[in-house]
Amino acid sequence: MTNILETRSLNKEFGAVIAAKDLNVKVAKGEIVGVIGSNGAGKTTFINMVTGYLKPTRGEILFNGKSILGHSPRAITRAGMARSFQVAQLFPEMSVIDNLVVALAAAESPRPSFLSPLRSDARIARAEEILTEFGVVNYRNSTVTAVPQGARKLVDIAMALIGNPQMLLLDEPTSGVSMDEKTGLMDTVMNAVRQHGVTVLFVEHDMDVVERYVSRVLAFYSGEIIADGKPSAVLADERVRDLVTGHRPTQKKGNGAS
Amino acid sequence: MRFDKTEISLAAVAIACVLFGFVSPGWLIFLMTIAFAKALVVQGVVMQMRSGLVSFGQGLFYCIGGYTVGMGGQFFGIHDAIAALALGVLVAIVVAMILGLLLTRYRDIFFAMLSLAFSMILFGILVKSQSLGSTDGFNVHNWTVFGWAPEVGAGSQQTVFTMTVLSGLVIAVLIHRYTKAGIGVICEAIRENEVRVEYLGLSPRWVLYGNYVAAASVSALGGGLTALATGHVDPEMAYWTTSGEFIFIALLGGLGHVAAPFIAAIVFSVVRTYAIEFVPHTWQMILGFTLLGVIVFLPKGLWSLVSREKSGERA
Repeated sequence: MTNILETRSLNKEFGAVIAAKDLNVKVAKGEIVGVIGSNGAGKTTFINMVTGYLKPTRGEILFNGKSILGHSPRAITRAGMARSFQVAQLFPEMSVIDNLVVALAAAESPRPSFLSPLRSDARIARAEEILTEFGVVNYRNSTVTAVPQGARKLVDIAMALIGNPQMLLLDEPTSGVSMDEKTGLMDTVMNAVRQHGVTVLFVEHDMDVVERYVSRVLAFYSGEIIADGKPSAVLADERVRDLVTGHRPTQKKGNGAS
Repeated sequence: MRFDKTEISLAAVAIACVLFGFVSPGWLIFLMTIAFAKALVVQGVVMQMRSGLVSFGQGLFYCIGGYTVGMGGQFFGIHDAIAALALGVLVAIVVAMILGLLLTRYRDIFFAMLSLAFSMILFGILVKSQSLGSTDGFNVHNWTVFGWAPEVGAGSQQTVFTMTVLSGLVIAVLIHRYTKAGIGVICEAIRENEVRVEYLGLSPRWVLYGNYVAAASVSALGGGLTALATGHVDPEMAYWTTSGEFIFIALLGGLGHVAAPFIAAIVFSVVRTYAIEFVPHTWQMILGFTLLGVIVFLPKGLWSLVSREKSGERA
């Protein structure tokens, strides 16, 4: 299968702190990859480097076989890699539908018009369709600040998908969302992602979510990838249990355990 | 071309103003001309405020517009007012295109202080230029409009007032459309979340650059009209207190509507005129209290009185 994303010996150092160490990742087209790791493991740093927000100290990043190292976030977005954020990045004083309309206009052209209205009937209709698809059309006229966290996350992801990206990176899509809402949110996102045929890499702390939605897991610890494989195998890995998930194997009585 | 309710209202007010000009005393016409011309400069300040940037140096383009009109007549034989105004706008655009390359790299106080710095550099150059009258400036040559020379005095005052009102109308309609257009809304989006704009595949810097150049051209037009109205230009046009006055008017009016700077400029003109009349030694204090009152009681400017009224009607 063709790789859509490949990183080679990707390193990031913040002074003496090594946030990413020799990250070699290959993501094939159509894969849904989960990234797990405790806080400070380097997951968000990895996403930030791949999407152009942070410049790696060393290494190479290839997207569809072409280097995107040193490219700006907007150039990477235009190349077909979109992202969502740990804290939903929206336009807080605008209505939900206006957020979508801005994203639609941006997807149509990198040069905004000086005189033709942004809120055209066609864009509003399309925005409503997208909000319906994501199940947040009820909030269409609400200001973002008045919308619950889960709905904000969905709007954030919907905006990322508007430009028809080939790959989507989701940074903790369920963070700040109640346990009850998590599955609904992820079902909505994954349905949309499958419809668009997008390759997905997402950071997640909830192992139930990881097991349910991904075909492959990357486990990060202290800036390194300590396991890479099928969810069942990675989550059963002793180092992952010990350093990432914290689920140590139950020790049998008589083994010397107290 | 279709016009919306706001544009039709603006046109109606502009026609009323032009007609009012024919029956008004000269001093009032002059005050209104200066107020409207300054309102155009303030439109430039407001355009940038909508994108989250505050220019402490909009006097730069006000001065460029004024001096180009003055120098065009005085040194280059350009006596046609329209041509001189257009030249002023063009020069401002060229200057803004150069300065914008640097300025749009900065945000917040850095942008504000850099814009002020460029304005003060121009002030310094003009003060040291003997050929341009140094601190005294120079008078603007008598001008014509498409070959017609208005009578010096009341005639030219009336003409420049009409030109200012009509320019104000055209600019107001254009800015009204601009704020609803892609660039206008995306400027607001940049103010709210620049990171998201970048991740939508847009360049916040180039959007701000376009906005900066557009704002400069509008402000230069205001400067050119002021030069025609007063018949004089001097380096004070680029001084920091002049730029401060534009911010004052912008805050007074608020960002809520394209008409707000015009209303605020008239209110400012009235307050200042009467403050100087009644308390000539402490008029600045009156302006200070006015600004204080607006910030405390009307943080979204005078226009919020109108928008509150409108929302009350809807409720």
